[in-house]
Amino acid sequence: MTDLLRELAPRVLAAVLRRHRDFESAEDAVQEALLAAATHWPDDGVPDRPEAWLITVASRKLIDQWRSEQASRRREEAVALDVPPEPSDVDDTLEVFLLCCHPDLTPPSQIALTLRAVGGLTTSEVARAFLVPETTMAQRISRAKQRIKGAGFPRPTDFRPVLHVLYLIFNEGYTASSGPALHRADLAREAIRLTRLVRTLRPDDGEVAGLLALMLLTDARRPARTRADGGLVPLAEQDRGRWDRALIEEGLALVEHTLTHARVGVYQVEAAIAAVHAEAAQASATDWPQVAALYRLLSTLDPNPVVTLNHAVAVAMAEGPTAGLALLHTVAADERMVRNHRLYAVRAHLLEMAGSPAAAQEDYRTAARLTTSVPEQRYLQERANRLTNE
Amino acid sequence: MKYLIMIYSNPENWEHPMYQRDPGFRALPREEQDEVTRRAEEVFQEIVESGELVVGEALADPSLSTTFRGRDGVPVATDGPYLESKEQLAGYFVVDCDTPERASEIARRFPDAGLTAVEVRPIMDMSGREM
Repeated sequence: MTDLLRELAPRVLAAVLRRHRDFESAEDAVQEALLAAATHWPDDGVPDRPEAWLITVASRKLIDQWRSEQASRRREEAVALDVPPEPSDVDDTLEVFLLCCHPDLTPPSQIALTLRAVGGLTTSEVARAFLVPETTMAQRISRAKQRIKGAGFPRPTDFRPVLHVLYLIFNEGYTASSGPALHRADLAREAIRLTRLVRTLRPDDGEVAGLLALMLLTDARRPARTRADGGLVPLAEQDRGRWDRALIEEGLALVEHTLTHARVGVYQVEAAIAAVHAEAAQASATDWPQVAALYRLLSTLDPNPVVTLNHAVAVAMAEGPTAGLALLHTVAADERMVRNHRLYAVRAHLLEMAGSPAAAQEDYRTAARLTTSVPEQRYLQERANRLTNE
Repeated sequence: MKYLIMIYSNPENWEHPMYQRDPGFRALPREEQDEVTRRAEEVFQEIVESGELVVGEALADPSLSTTFRGRDGVPVATDGPYLESKEQLAGYFVVDCDTPERASEIARRFPDAGLTAVEVRPIMDMSGREM
């Protein structure tokens, strides 16, 4: 039933919003309606038209709220709501997405609002997933709603912020490892669900398909990416038998379809790279020249130091460590990267390949000091220690 | 990413907001003082509204601190702060920011950054990416 409610949440909100542009009150009313459904449906049974039921209840909540405000303008609006709006069509859901990912909001606010208004999660669920107190999250959501209140209800124009927010939500979930962060893994599933929803709304958008494929192909590795003790297993050492075949098949089919049908974009190229890895039965069978070519393409579409680092690894695997190390010089000169652990981790890896264990060990230790991730720190220290023992 | 922003102040007169007790602040003409205060309130308001502020607290006088120091494996209590320095931790904020640059920008805008010292440091998390 939770699944049904979450699925209906954005459509109900879109329907209420079509009648009334007050996003803040409408969103609150929809949350109350979802709560009412979660309370009553288990006993009373799911109504014949669940979406219409939720819209009616949400509309009543809005009317009650506005009547109690005693403001005449509001009371007039309440009258207009006496006939609840009809269930909405798909375009309205897209508008809710765009509003939640409004460019005036910071990413943490966009994420929180998207998960609540489109994902149908409660504030406390969102707070738990992001490891912040519920009061903080409640404030973040309410401020975000106030901020976009005056922003109007934009027609779909630039869809990229929505994809970026979904990508961030996925990453939050996927990178969660274990222990207290475990429930964060649900975020990856939620991001995939929402991206599937966007795909049904924008079936011809190659970047939507690319992002969905990237998520599926990455999430497929989840069973193999951590050890029982929470330690990280690098891609090259993962037991590929534990990768989720169903997710891989779906992801590969998407990549194949979009690369032949759509204009190329960043998410499609990243998905294509994930696909090359997914197609290799073992790490040694990886088509590295292909990966290197895709990273070269990616660095023209989205030039940034992290892409260059990945490109360097692929080049090192395809052509040898010297060629990879040569690519790192430009990144090492970048001021932004001086305190970034990734530069040192990649260089350590390439130096190890090149047969310079002492220099590699030093870079692994630097990388371990600079990362802010506990599991990554452990992994990098292990790599450094391994070189001492050899 | 979460960051801890630590506000350091000179504790001679412990009264919040600390920067207003600072000799550098007091030497300013009244209008400039008002401007500094306005900008301090502005940055605070900004991180509340953006949802970046996770938590923030002002600390009591360090003379109320108790510090435990290890002596042969035994914790021994003394009154007062751990570091006997002129500047002491006066308050902290935890912010949730998109980039380290943004966290630094917030830290720099607290008036204490221009008068005493403000330190911003990333908080470790349990998430990780396989390499």
